[in-house]
Amino acid sequence: MPKTVKLMQGNEACTVGALAAGLEFYAGYPITPSTEIAELCAEELPKVGGSFIQMEDEIASAAAIIGASLTGKKAMTATSGPGFSLMQELLGYASLCEVPVVFVNVQRVGPSTGMPTSPAQGDVMQARWGTHGDHPVVVLSPGNVKECFELTVRAFNLSERYRVPAVVLMDEVIGHMREKVELPDASELVIENRPAPKSRVGYKPYEADVDGGVPPMAPFGEGYRWHVTGLFHDETGFPSNKPEVADRLMRRLAAKIDRHETEIRDYVTESLDDCEVAVVSFGSSAMSALSAVRKARAAGVKAGMLRLRTIWPFPHDEVLELSKRVKAIVVPEMNLGQVALEVERASRCSAKVVRVSKVNGELFRPEEIFTAIMEAAK
Amino acid sequence: MSDKKFYRHLIREKFCKGCNICVAYCPKKVLELRDGKVFAARPDDCIGCLMCELRCPDFAIEVKPRDAAQAPSPDDHVVDLQVPPEAHHA
Amino acid sequence: MSETLSYFRQDRLPHIWCPGCGHGTITGALIRAIDRLGLDKNKLILVSGIGCSSRAVGYLDFDTLHTAHGRALAFATGLKVARPDLKVIVMTGDGDCTAIGGNHFIHAARRNIDITTIVMNNNIYGMTSGQYSPMTPKGMLATTAPYGNSERDFDLAELAKAAGATYVARGTSFHVPMLIDLLEQALQNKGFSVVEALSQCPTYMGRKNKIGSAVDMLEWIKGRTVNAKAAAALPPEKVQGKLLIGELHRSSQPEYCDEYLKATAKVRRAWKNIDGGLRGCEQNSD
Repeated sequence: MPKTVKLMQGNEACTVGALAAGLEFYAGYPITPSTEIAELCAEELPKVGGSFIQMEDEIASAAAIIGASLTGKKAMTATSGPGFSLMQELLGYASLCEVPVVFVNVQRVGPSTGMPTSPAQGDVMQARWGTHGDHPVVVLSPGNVKECFELTVRAFNLSERYRVPAVVLMDEVIGHMREKVELPDASELVIENRPAPKSRVGYKPYEADVDGGVPPMAPFGEGYRWHVTGLFHDETGFPSNKPEVADRLMRRLAAKIDRHETEIRDYVTESLDDCEVAVVSFGSSAMSALSAVRKARAAGVKAGMLRLRTIWPFPHDEVLELSKRVKAIVVPEMNLGQVALEVERASRCSAKVVRVSKVNGELFRPEEIFTAIMEAAK
Repeated sequence: MSDKKFYRHLIREKFCKGCNICVAYCPKKVLELRDGKVFAARPDDCIGCLMCELRCPDFAIEVKPRDAAQAPSPDDHVVDLQVPPEAHHA
Repeated sequence: MSETLSYFRQDRLPHIWCPGCGHGTITGALIRAIDRLGLDKNKLILVSGIGCSSRAVGYLDFDTLHTAHGRALAFATGLKVARPDLKVIVMTGDGDCTAIGGNHFIHAARRNIDITTIVMNNNIYGMTSGQYSPMTPKGMLATTAPYGNSERDFDLAELAKAAGATYVARGTSFHVPMLIDLLEQALQNKGFSVVEALSQCPTYMGRKNKIGSAVDMLEWIKGRTVNAKAAAALPPEKVQGKLLIGELHRSSQPEYCDEYLKATAKVRRAWKNIDGGLRGCEQNSD
């Protein structure tokens, strides 16, 4: 079976990944630099029996995908910073009500209108903490076009497996650049679906059988007649503000991710084992960082890279272990230091953390990161 | 007046909040409040217009026909039909 | 009545609404309309936003969705487009629907998507204890309008009609038989249907404006309304400043989901199964 090889744009690969994962509903609102995803969904979804709708704003888009997901269909929206900010309340709703949905955020320079056609990585903390209250969420970060496909499929699988909102955090460069991509055959893909209830009788939408377990989820319109509310609720799904119910709910939601961190964490490394200076990077910055690491190696400095494909949950253990054996950790980001904060926290000051911040709307030139590595190696 | 109809009033005291809407709008002044709960003071005057049942915000009163001979039973006032005890709610 | 009670999650009753609040009466009217039409409980979704009225769905034995403030119609749109075969009803309040939810309201109406929206209008924000809403009549008092509301209120019926709703009616918690009929008509309209139901809020609207008890408020509601059909025959001064109740607008327009399915018919393929995998759709990357 010849592989499908295509010259593909990041946003397109993301869409094809969503379709491969079983996307059946897309609601969105136009916003640079993610609009291609909406356009492609508008064209492709009907071909697979799905539906597309352009809503009146991003809040409505987030609401619509949650509504659609409640009928048992996989649903997604794509946006950028300003829209992602509007979607935060409902990302929290999906997290509390455990409704699987995927948010794609193709980041641009922010805050505010910012620089719509320029790349940035300034929404890292927002992706994790943007909505109010503690809440489980997974945030994946493609570093190239092929990963836009792979990590969107993974986002759907994680979202369905744990009944959590999943964010695919891209940026304008990852979204717009084109690369040769070898698409896997459908048969090679593992596609997961939300746990189904065993029976209608005594169905409890929020009762997990094991600690950190994921409750079964019934679709609306099939006779379960269950209740979904953004109010804190007990295992039956009905509102309760009893302290013990609230505590149990909050900790159960968190446990879904905390108990499965090792399965969810995902990163790639480049000559990390013997390095003296490590680079922690993600997304399009990692492309420049990779060549900087190789250039440093050529210049006699043992550099290495840890590239995050999953930012949240953050790989604290790996970074701690790394920080104990390297002189410094260089963190190049197109923001003023957000993953760097997490690296500092994880390394517990056992390694110098060097922030390399690019906030002018341009990609890193490898030399900028190379200089920082050489400096840190002194 | 031989074809006069008679009615009984099933009341869910647990639901009634004594808002007085049914008492005020009963065209035949059949209903009254007694320590905050509705009861049928003059059930025989009821003409079965169902205004009390339709206007009750709490689904606490229900009007059922009864034949003349069968006097309304006193426990009509605490009929809970299939409603289980006090419901837990937030 | 017991058949009506069978539509309730009885273990959730008695409900949360204050003594004499009209929301219970309106909820009862909706249930009786649903009962009359014999709608399938398993194929009917109730969606609500946030506020006193939006707590209604929790008490009703259907698939029920209690969403975020103002967003019921946007959630409902996603539900309806994903499953056009399901009956979708939104239960919302005057603040939830016309303040924070206003944008979704006018767009749902513009699309004429087959959703029946019941706006329980008590002219105030009840859940947050008495602030004025876009439906608080000018001059009336509220906790955030201590000197009298200086804003005009919406004419929800005109707003809905102008935005494109194809069935618009107004009823009240006093005129219950009429309200049941209006809801029955709204539920049968294939398109965006709006029924505004005036509701008494004795706890805040009534107290703050010294209108009095629930019964006094029902009298107040009775006094400020006039039957649309009767109004035609009444002299102008009898109708002036009164709210018309009854069916106010009806038109037939294509329904959104039908139009979308029609527009995409030539490429639409049935979904083999939900298991996913690349469905061999041609990616038009050029």
